[in-house]
Amino acid sequence: MESSFFTISMLNGVSYGLLLFMLSSGLTLIFSMMGVLNFAHASFYMLGAYVAFTTAELVGFWPALLVAPLVVGGVGALFEKYCLRRVHKFGHVPELLITFGLSYVLLELVQLVWGRSAVNYRVPAALDGPLFTIVSSSASGLDFVWRQAPAQLCNSVDPSVVVSCTQFPAYRGFMMLVAIFMLVAVWLLLTRTRIGLVIQAALTHPETVEALGHNVPRVFMLVFGGGAALAGLAGVIGGNAFVTEPGMAATVGSIIFVVVVVGGMGSLAGAFLASLLIGVIQTFAVAVDYSLVNLFSYAGWAITPETFGYPVLRLTVSQVAPILPYLFLVLILIFRPRGLLGTREG
Amino acid sequence: MSNVTNFHFKPYNVGRWIIWGAYALVLLIAPLLFSSSLSTTMLSQMGIAIIACLAYNMLLGQGGMLSFGHAVYSGLGSFLTIHTLNMVSNGELQLPVSLMPLVGGLAGLAFAVLLGYVTTKKAGTPFAMITLGIGELVWAMSLMFPEFFGGEGGITGNRVTGKGWFGISFGPQIQLYYLIAVYCFVCTALMFAFTGTPLGRMLNAVRDNPERVEFIGYNTQRVRYIAFILSGFFAGISGGLAALNFEIVTAEVVGAGRSGAYLLFVFLGGATFFFGPIIGAVLMVIAFVLLSELTKAWLLYLGLVFMFMVMFAPGGIASLIMMNVRVAAYGKLRRLWPAYAKLAATALLMLAGAASMIEMVYHLQLNEALGPEMRFLGLTLNTKGVGTWLGATVVLAIGVGLFEWARRRFAQEWNEVQEEIEHLNRRREAL
Repeated sequence: MESSFFTISMLNGVSYGLLLFMLSSGLTLIFSMMGVLNFAHASFYMLGAYVAFTTAELVGFWPALLVAPLVVGGVGALFEKYCLRRVHKFGHVPELLITFGLSYVLLELVQLVWGRSAVNYRVPAALDGPLFTIVSSSASGLDFVWRQAPAQLCNSVDPSVVVSCTQFPAYRGFMMLVAIFMLVAVWLLLTRTRIGLVIQAALTHPETVEALGHNVPRVFMLVFGGGAALAGLAGVIGGNAFVTEPGMAATVGSIIFVVVVVGGMGSLAGAFLASLLIGVIQTFAVAVDYSLVNLFSYAGWAITPETFGYPVLRLTVSQVAPILPYLFLVLILIFRPRGLLGTREG
Repeated sequence: MSNVTNFHFKPYNVGRWIIWGAYALVLLIAPLLFSSSLSTTMLSQMGIAIIACLAYNMLLGQGGMLSFGHAVYSGLGSFLTIHTLNMVSNGELQLPVSLMPLVGGLAGLAFAVLLGYVTTKKAGTPFAMITLGIGELVWAMSLMFPEFFGGEGGITGNRVTGKGWFGISFGPQIQLYYLIAVYCFVCTALMFAFTGTPLGRMLNAVRDNPERVEFIGYNTQRVRYIAFILSGFFAGISGGLAALNFEIVTAEVVGAGRSGAYLLFVFLGGATFFFGPIIGAVLMVIAFVLLSELTKAWLLYLGLVFMFMVMFAPGGIASLIMMNVRVAAYGKLRRLWPAYAKLAATALLMLAGAASMIEMVYHLQLNEALGPEMRFLGLTLNTKGVGTWLGATVVLAIGVGLFEWARRRFAQEWNEVQEEIEHLNRRREAL
């Protein structure tokens, strides 16, 4: 494997994984704090992207980075206050179901406001273009060049020397930066501040916290709003890296559940590990064009379309890439049911 | 141990015979009452949906397992059935068409054996997420194997094949309807019988108190697994019937949308009662066939109705019916009629205001080419006029205000009635 390809794919995988982590961290937070599995979490991500699109049209991308998470967090908090809280007394299943209903409503509302086709939400001009270029030459090895590499570096004069340039987009780097910043901020907030202490205590001893004069329902509302805002933030920076369209919630929706189960329910560190793993595995798989047919022919077996099981043998790794997270989920459940870093069974 | 024989006095359960007789009668005469081709198709779909929703409720209502991927089992049943049908058509296999839904059932069972082993390792919320993952897995696979799943176009078949049987070829829709009706009745009866078996009772116990069940020596995971397999079998039968009914199976039948629909409508119908999913299934077909024709915004309405249902009546329509039956049994329903009428009238007003606004937005977005005028409830609305929007807003505001007023009055009256019933109950117990 070429090392420049490896480096770029690794970085792409890590940045995708970090985006997945931004999504699943909100989900994990809400789940571990309130015991509510928010089925509309990916819808909040979509809402974040759409709100950011509109804000970016009006006032530019940088305000959108702040406005969209606040709007989405507000929507989440209102939903918690007026719908989720009402359902709490019925138990866990209705709590899950009402978020499921919300995912339908949000999808339709987004289509009502922004239409059914993709919107043109683009990367801001300041972050457009490559962050660095890897120039790999068969003569002088690897070379890093910040931003765009000059043209004469990528075209070799000597025909015997093969030179290739691979670029890493600046926006991907920005995504990684935001995700890491968010991770540190959430961690500090939860472990080093008074609010974090109250949140953690409200989870295990709501009555005691209430007796000490804290408003526990409001804490829950803040937690839910905060989780939704994290999803909104992921939407702001994910919406223009990928495509902002009504199907975007469905594409990440089930992956983040896989992340949460694989990492171990309610474990933030587990979610971090699992999202990086899944991000990297999927990014590499998409680029690999080998199938079992190649493997067997390497071993000297001839595989023809008449061979038994040809439709399975023929599949290349890149074709299998979409199901890899789910296969991963199944394997984890068989061999380590509590998840990678989960502490409790069931 | 003494050899004591217990004598049971078991009265003939007249009520049960009446209910099941009425159910059979409804299945029998429904196509005679609604004889247009649209209604026959809809009735056939309802029969199929009833089996699917009841099968789903074996998990949700009886086992407390919230599955987000149940379409996998009905969908794979559909695919196996249509492949079998095509094999019969090509003369590679001999099997009467009337038994083909069983092929679907066995397929659903086999896949439930395979996938359910992983799925039922967990209960509660993780179970819901894992079924979602498995559903996505099968959906992604359906795009990978066009040989089996037929790719975009799906797999087609022809149900008129093999030797006819007493002149029944299953060509006309009405003949297929009666096949579906027979399956529907038998499956409903079997699933009802299951609720009374020791396994069905254990399943309820696993739902209500898994720790205690473990403690007395049962394996909760195995109980869930067996229930999951049985549910997969019935779901597969419904899938097989669907394959015969539509004569085409596309990858959509295993998709998340279908699974979500099962969940939505079983819950709307009422998961806590055995007959709830039947109501849900009927509503599902009506919503999919009629409501989607009527308005483009039907999914929005559906989502909102679902959310309101979860918030205010978590038992679904079935529980609403049973609560009113209880009130009626005490002869107090008549007192509630005026309150109900007010509630319905104000709700309609509110709905008219909200719906006209939603419809206008949809019209602006999708039918721009048709001009700003649109027909709604017999009125011609100008979607670009300020007056129309103002009018709709006023109607909505008045509707919301009056509804809230009527709701409070109703809640008050309803609580009074419930208290009186409780009071009567206590007096009867004291006697």
